[in-house]
Amino acid sequence: MERNLMKGNEALAEAAIRAGCKCFFGYPITPQTELAAYMAKRMHKAGGVFLQAESEIAAINMVLGAASTGVRAMTSSSSPGVSLKSEGVSYIAGSDLPAVIINVQRGGPGLGGIQPSQADYWQATKALGHGDFQLIVYAPASVQEMVDFVVKAFDSADKYRMPVMILADGLLGQMMEPVSFPEINPDAYDKSSWAANGHGFKREHHIINSLYLKPDELEKSVVDRYKKYDIIKETETDAELYLTEDCDILLCAFGATARVVKSAVNDARAQGIKAGLFRPKTLWPFPVKEINEAAKNAKVLLSVEMSMGQMVDDIKLAVNCSKPVEFYGRTGGIIPTPVEVLEQIKKIGGTL
Amino acid sequence: MATTEILLAGFGGQGILFAGKILAYCGLMDGKELSWLPSYGPEMRGGTCNCSVCVSDQPIGSPLVLTPDILIAMNQPSFDKFVKDVRPGGKVFFDSGLIEATTDRTDIELFGIPSQQMADDNALKGGSNIILLGKVIKETGIFSLDIMKKGIEKVVPPSKAALIPNNFKAIELGMNA
Repeated sequence: MERNLMKGNEALAEAAIRAGCKCFFGYPITPQTELAAYMAKRMHKAGGVFLQAESEIAAINMVLGAASTGVRAMTSSSSPGVSLKSEGVSYIAGSDLPAVIINVQRGGPGLGGIQPSQADYWQATKALGHGDFQLIVYAPASVQEMVDFVVKAFDSADKYRMPVMILADGLLGQMMEPVSFPEINPDAYDKSSWAANGHGFKREHHIINSLYLKPDELEKSVVDRYKKYDIIKETETDAELYLTEDCDILLCAFGATARVVKSAVNDARAQGIKAGLFRPKTLWPFPVKEINEAAKNAKVLLSVEMSMGQMVDDIKLAVNCSKPVEFYGRTGGIIPTPVEVLEQIKKIGGTL
Repeated sequence: MATTEILLAGFGGQGILFAGKILAYCGLMDGKELSWLPSYGPEMRGGTCNCSVCVSDQPIGSPLVLTPDILIAMNQPSFDKFVKDVRPGGKVFFDSGLIEATTDRTDIELFGIPSQQMADDNALKGGSNIILLGKVIKETGIFSLDIMKKGIEKVVPPSKAALIPNNFKAIELGMNA
């Protein structure tokens, strides 16, 4: 397969178009802008619509509108912009619409900085908007996964009729790596039972709605949605297990941080320390089975993140606090180094 | 081959990212694993600029180069800032017309050529970065001249294909310097 050299942001945009995305709405923000710029250049040639909205709020509501008609629609932004989209995301979830939202994270809170961060983990996995709902969240760790996961994201969104997020970061968005575009045959999903795409007086009209004034009706709609979430938790988890079979210390990291951690794990192994890596590819649903498999022989777990430790609680819950879970992180746009992580491994591993 | 970590640094506008891209494409043409990571943000609009390139037979872990095997420095602040980070045994390439190479390190090799002056003398405007790449491939053997030429052909956009011979000339100047 041909190897191309592309930035993560551009590769993701190309893959989205190949996956049949017909509508992109966005607003520029570093470090995500190349994604929108690529869409602006390519989308009209692919027979789709690129529109730079007047704001992030407008963009997410345009996604809601486009998704209502049954076409594949997407928006992208970086952390502060994603916060602005939260109302629209909640409406999309409440309307059972498929949509893909990209977050190329930067440091926060507030306007924060423009360097890479993973401090939107809680936002993505717990509460990107009000109300009872979840997003499926994929965490790519390479430019190739930016491609592969966006294809998956569109399929999962259509399959479950719900918003799906790619949680990337500035490092993955800006870096170039060899990448191949697999033959992408977007699965066809029958949307004729719900899409509001014109009835021509030949059928009942379809209503896209998230307003239920009767509590019992609203409760039922939420409970039904949670039955869907149960299936997703059962079937859609994904993770990479690296050198976990005999590991004493299990490192847990996702996205760009997992690359740094993998280097540190290799360095630790070279020094005779039995380290392994658990890398969740889905952050919601969290890969509970997979982490328990990875941790079965470990004495201690160490979460490494570009945040103050937002994944730690999920790890503790997943292993039911059966083992100590330590944390090492950098935040504000600083990327941890393999040397720093190795020091932590030695510090924690030294007591084993 | 183990991973070779390369750091390129200079002023915005000196072609730091472009030279890094050529090295990245050389890796692609050579069938290697590689990564290219720019400093982004205000640097892109002038001021200082740097770029990390990793080339390896193995998948690349962290793409951020902190201890380069090869440092290419195109201005004084970059030389001063990064020369202390070069891995022992590493090689430093710099424009000796712009940079006073003062360092107390004895465990690295320094290769200074007046690349900006050479570019000006040979009517290769903006070719200082490429001349330095020529010196790099001669002294490190990281890529062959043939691969370097293929890399250049990939990076130069079709609309500027007329500039390819100039880039080849710049590489050869650097190799012979």
